[in-house]
Parts: sequence; C-alpha cells; structure tokens
Amino acid sequence: MSTDKSIVAHTISVLVANEPGILARVVGLFSGRGYNIESLTVAETNAKENQSRITIVTKGTPMIIEQIKAQLDRLVPVYRVRDLTVEGPHIERELALVKVRSTGEKRVEALRLADVFRAKVIDAKADSFVFEVTGNSDKVQTFVGLMETLGLVDVGRTGIVAMSRGGEPL
Amino acid sequence: MKPEESATTGADLLVKALIDEDVEVVFGYPGGAVLPIYDSLFKQNRLRHILVRHEQAAVHAAEGYARSTGKVGVVLVTSGPGATNAVTGLTDALMDSIPIVCLTGQVPTHLIGNDAFQEADTTGITRPCTKHNYLVKSVEALARTVHEAFYVARSGRPGPVVIDLPKDVLMNKHDYTAPPKNPVEHKSYRPQTKPDPKKIEQAIEMIAKAKRPVFYAGGGVINSGPKASKLLAQFVHMTGYPITNTLMGLGSFPASDKQFLGMLGMHGTYEANLAMHGCDVMINIGARFDDRITGNLTMFSPGSKKIHVDIDPSSINKNVRVDLPIVGDATLVLEEMIKLWKAKQPKVDQKALKAWWAEIETWRARNCLAYKVDKQTIKPQFALERLYHHIKNKDHYITTEVGQHQMWAAQFLKFEQPNRWMTSGGLGTMGYGFPAAVGVQIAHPDALVIDVAGEASILMNIQELSTVAQYRLPVKIFILNNQYMGMVRQWQELLHGSRYSESYMESLPDFVKLAEAFGARGLRCHEPDKLDDTIKEMIALPHPVIVDVLVDQKENCFPMIPSGAAHNEMLLGPDDKAGKLSDEGMALV
Repeated sequence: MSTDKSIVAHTISVLVANEPGILARVVGLFSGRGYNIESLTVAETNAKENQSRITIVTKGTPMIIEQIKAQLDRLVPVYRVRDLTVEGPHIERELALVKVRSTGEKRVEALRLADVFRAKVIDAKADSFVFEVTGNSDKVQTFVGLMETLGLVDVGRTGIVAMSRGGEPL
Repeated sequence: MKPEESATTGADLLVKALIDEDVEVVFGYPGGAVLPIYDSLFKQNRLRHILVRHEQAAVHAAEGYARSTGKVGVVLVTSGPGATNAVTGLTDALMDSIPIVCLTGQVPTHLIGNDAFQEADTTGITRPCTKHNYLVKSVEALARTVHEAFYVARSGRPGPVVIDLPKDVLMNKHDYTAPPKNPVEHKSYRPQTKPDPKKIEQAIEMIAKAKRPVFYAGGGVINSGPKASKLLAQFVHMTGYPITNTLMGLGSFPASDKQFLGMLGMHGTYEANLAMHGCDVMINIGARFDDRITGNLTMFSPGSKKIHVDIDPSSINKNVRVDLPIVGDATLVLEEMIKLWKAKQPKVDQKALKAWWAEIETWRARNCLAYKVDKQTIKPQFALERLYHHIKNKDHYITTEVGQHQMWAAQFLKFEQPNRWMTSGGLGTMGYGFPAAVGVQIAHPDALVIDVAGEASILMNIQELSTVAQYRLPVKIFILNNQYMGMVRQWQELLHGSRYSESYMESLPDFVKLAEAFGARGLRCHEPDKLDDTIKEMIALPHPVIVDVLVDQKENCFPMIPSGAAHNEMLLGPDDKAGKLSDEGMALV
C-alpha cells in the first residue's frame, strides 16, 4: 500500500439485493463516514434475481477508496463491489435532458450545436427545445455549458452508469 | 403436517423461532405494539423474560449476557420510545461487536408513515447503529427473518440486529419455517472466516525473523470463542514473545503470565506502550488500531512491520497501514499459525529476543502502576487491589461503568480467562455496567458478579435496582465515589487549567439508603483499614449490595498518553507534566 495522499475519482459498481432501505444504507454509509458522492445511479437490473446495480463515483485518497469498498462490501444485502477505475478499462455514460428557450439566431445555433453533439430533439415548441444528449460526463458538461449562452432554462442529468469492457459480467 | 406446524399467529411463530435459535432468556419491557408477543410468552415456559426498568438497560443486560456466555443476547421492546431508548445500547453493541437480536414492536403496517401513536422510523433510526436491520412486512417472512437475523448477529464480526415487527404481522397467522440446515447459504452475506494459507506462511516467516516482536490481541480473540484464547496462549508460549491486550481483549491471555505486559493504550502500562513503540514486528490479532490504542497515528510504532488478523476487512488499513493483512476468524488463523510453526520449527533469534526482554524488563521495573498509599483516605487503586485480593479465588465476573474507575479496574483487576470482563470499550457508555451485570448474573446465577462503578455513572441506570430486587440477583455494585465525574475532572485539570466546569457531582444520594429503598443492602467505607472488612461483608451477603467507597477525590488515572501524543510520551504520574498540547491534540477526545 502506498502512502499516497492524492485524491482521485473512482467509479464503483455495487450489485445489491433490491430490498427496501438498501439505497439508504449505501447513502447513509457515505454521509455517516464523511465520504463524497460525486454521482450515484441506481435501478433494478435483474428482476428475476431481485438485484439492483448502484454506480457510485466517489473521490478520495487510495486509503479512503479502499475503506469505502470494504465498508460497502460489509453491508448484508451487498453481493459484490467492483472498482471499475482500478480493474481495467471501462466505459462511462451519462444522459442529460437539456431545455433551451430562445428564438432567432440563438435558436438556430442551439440546434446546430445539438447536431454536432449528436443530441436528439425530443420536444420542440415555437420558442423552445428539449435535447437528449448522452456520452461521458465531459461531453455532457460541455454541451450544457454551450447552451448557457443560448437560452438554457433547465437541466436533468442521470449521473454515471458504467461497465467494464470485454465479456466479463460484474 | 405435524400439529405443531399448523398455522399460528406471528407472535407464536416468533417465540417458536427464538426457542429454535436456542434462546433461553429475553430482556425486555412491554408496550402496546408488542402485547401479542407478551401474550405468547405468557402461554409458555421455555423462554424466560427478564423485566428491566428501562429499554437501554435491556440492551446492556443482553450484552452482559452475550459477552459472558458467547451466545446471542435477545432484547424485546415496544415501538416508538421503546425502540429509541434502545438506541444507545445498540450503538454500544455495534462498537464492541456484541451479538444482539433486538425485537422492536411497530405500529400495524397500514399505519406506518402516519405519525401514529408510538410510531418511530425504527429501521431508519437504527440503520447506522446496527449490523443489519429488518422490517417484517408480512407474517410469511417472520420466522425466516428471525433465523437470518440470528445468523447475521453471530457470524463474521458479530453485532446487533434489529427486527421491527408491526403489530398486525404479530397477529396474522401462518405456518412455521424451521431454521435452515445450512445458514451459510445466505444470498449476499458471506463473511470470510478461513484465512488465506499463503498469508499464514508469510506471517510465520515474519514472526520467526522478528528481533523485537510483540503480540497485540483484542476483543476479536474473545469474540471468536474460548478456544481462540487457548490457542493464543499456546502460540505466544511457543514463540516466547511478549503480549499486550487491549481493553476489549483483557482475559484473552492470562494476566498472571510472565509474557503478559498488561493493557496498552491511553491508560495502558509503560512496558506495553513502549514495546509497541519500539517493536520491529507487531502481530495484531483481533484488534482494530483504535485511537485509544494508537495515540498520535503519525508516531505510532514507526519502525515495525505489522501483521493484522481481523475477521472484518474494513478494519484493515482503516487507521494504520499494515504490511500483512489476514482476513479470518482468530481461532482458524491461530490454528493454522500453530500448525505451521510446529511443522517449520523456525529458529528464532534467541539472542535478540533476550535483549528485547531485557529492555522490556527495565520498562517494567518502572512499576508504572505504583501510587502513593495513604493512611487516611482510600486510594481508588488500593480499593481495587483489595477487591481483587478477595475475589481472585472465587468464580467472578466484572462489569464496569465508564471513566477513571473503569481504567483503574482494567489496570488493577487481573483477568485469567476470557468472557469475565464486560466493559463499554468503543462507545464508552456511562450506565453500561450495572445492567450488564444484571445480564451476567442471569446467565451465571451462582457466580460473584461485581459492577465496578463511579458515583456519576451508576446514577445513569440506577433504576435497575428494581430489577435486581425482583429477580433476587445478588449483583454487587462497588462504587469508587470521588464526588466528581473523575475522568472529566482529570481532563479539565490537565487540559483546561483546572476549571472544573460542571464536573462536580452535587446533591449525590445517600447510596446506603438508596440501596435499602430498593430492598438491597448498602455499605459505606471511608477508612483504608476498614476496607477489607467491608469487601468481605459485601461478598458474604447473599443480596444485591451497593458499596459506597469514599475515595481520594483528587486521584488521577496514570499512566496516561495525553491526546495527540505518542506512546513514548506517556505521563507516568502527577509529577509528570504534559508538554503544551498542539491545537490538534486539544481537539481530540
């Protein structure tokens, strides 16, 4: 183990039993022990086995990250904890819905940029659009940033879901 | 279907499940939401219910029962205030890894979330202070949940488990589910108990090569069962190395043994702390590098390679980086270590070991627990030395409250066996000792059970005098009465310019009359030469007894590692002055 004090973001996948209170256990663990949550997503992923998958992005020193994983693994309804950041290449995706209200040249520019970012128009009114954009967090953040000058009124983001590359399951 | 398996109420199923889990005693307090359970208890005579006088005491009593027997302690309380009163006890059990199953009543399922009378979000409140908790929403799940709860409470690193039971679930009917034959088949919870053989090999190599080794053993050895303590002694004897115990580990190695250095940590012995500071190989078995042990982390045992055996992976590398982590149950790890040590017959550097022991003996010669004997006033240390003299050949169990008296008890009472010493280590709960003694006495009716107390702590659960009266429990309460919250006063003296803010216990009761009011016996002693007679009388009385020992008000607990200091910066007595503490040190507790 290193005595590394550098703070690095880690993406952690947690396979849990889909039962009442499980999200509260995970979130309570982070707040109770003073860990950060940068992003958190959760949904049922295997209805037959009654399992949900939680993806957490957290920041900390290597010692804190190790501790977070051990604490998560200790929860009774947790099946598996995987640190995608250290376990090899993985992909991360996020989805955002972005509402823009503008007219004239700004409206055209928003549509043009949406095309560049391969964002889809999923709602349109005479003076507004709702775009759906997916990608890694940087891309989503850049797109949202660009919309700020073009009449941005609302943003909804899912947070990160992630998966290792290759054929192996979690 | 056998007649006993025909449909029964949830409450009856619960009682049957408890009996199948080998429960003999339940510590509890009734209320509206748990009336069906009390009705089921009334109709049977396998389970014994002990009526406490406050729900916090029910949990501490169950802890005392669990720690002195190695079994799971069981608590039964009602919804709302019954459950919230249990929270301190649950947190205490979590911190000290004590197996508890706590059954809490709940309002009926259709009223949950309605702010109903005596409703509390019990699973929400107890989530961070339990190992796990359950809200049973249907009678179908009840028996299965109880069996799972017992498995979770007692396996891996033990801890408290809450089962929240809505009243309608207790009244609905269903068939019984017997305990599973193989509970290890839990779907997600699989604690690792068997150590990795490669790590055992590495450990033996490190241990054999050590020149200045020390064993550091904690509560994990005791939690692993009495066999672990036997194996620990065997292994320590095979190596000839010194050993120290944490507060929680006292009794896991015989205190009278030559290789024992005493307790370590903030109020540990000089020799134990200096051995930890100067060792080259530290063998931690079932201890968790708690802040009471390590003192200043940056200066903790700077030159040593550390082996850490723990059943809980999250205890490893939490505070202190270790060189060789071994996840596993202490019994299994020690078995493997002994086996391999015997097979390899490693050559220990006897010359280095001899030199190390010689150094340790010079530290030991400082006699760090020495105190000035006084002819006029009873020194608390003297009171405990005399107490130990009179109980050492009797079958005895000790509990304590929290504070100076607790540390003196840890220093001056000697523990030769595990499961004889019950103290609130992690949480430091004043009011723990007396109800814990109730639980111990219930488990060991003929043993001598003594709560070493302070006059402040004992008042936190004094209502249990009514419980000991009801069940004729001959618990002895040995109060070291200095009319101060002694440890608070000691810190105010050392760190806050002797400004004794709110630490003087005014308007104390007359403890002798208080005992008598509850049908117990009260004794008082303030002269050193009458102490022996008082202790003998206490032991001889077949009743619950409060002994009010009026001790030196100004005595402080030494040795002491001031907060933020390192092991080699101990204060050995009142004449040692702490250097100016850093701001960081002042902020520590």
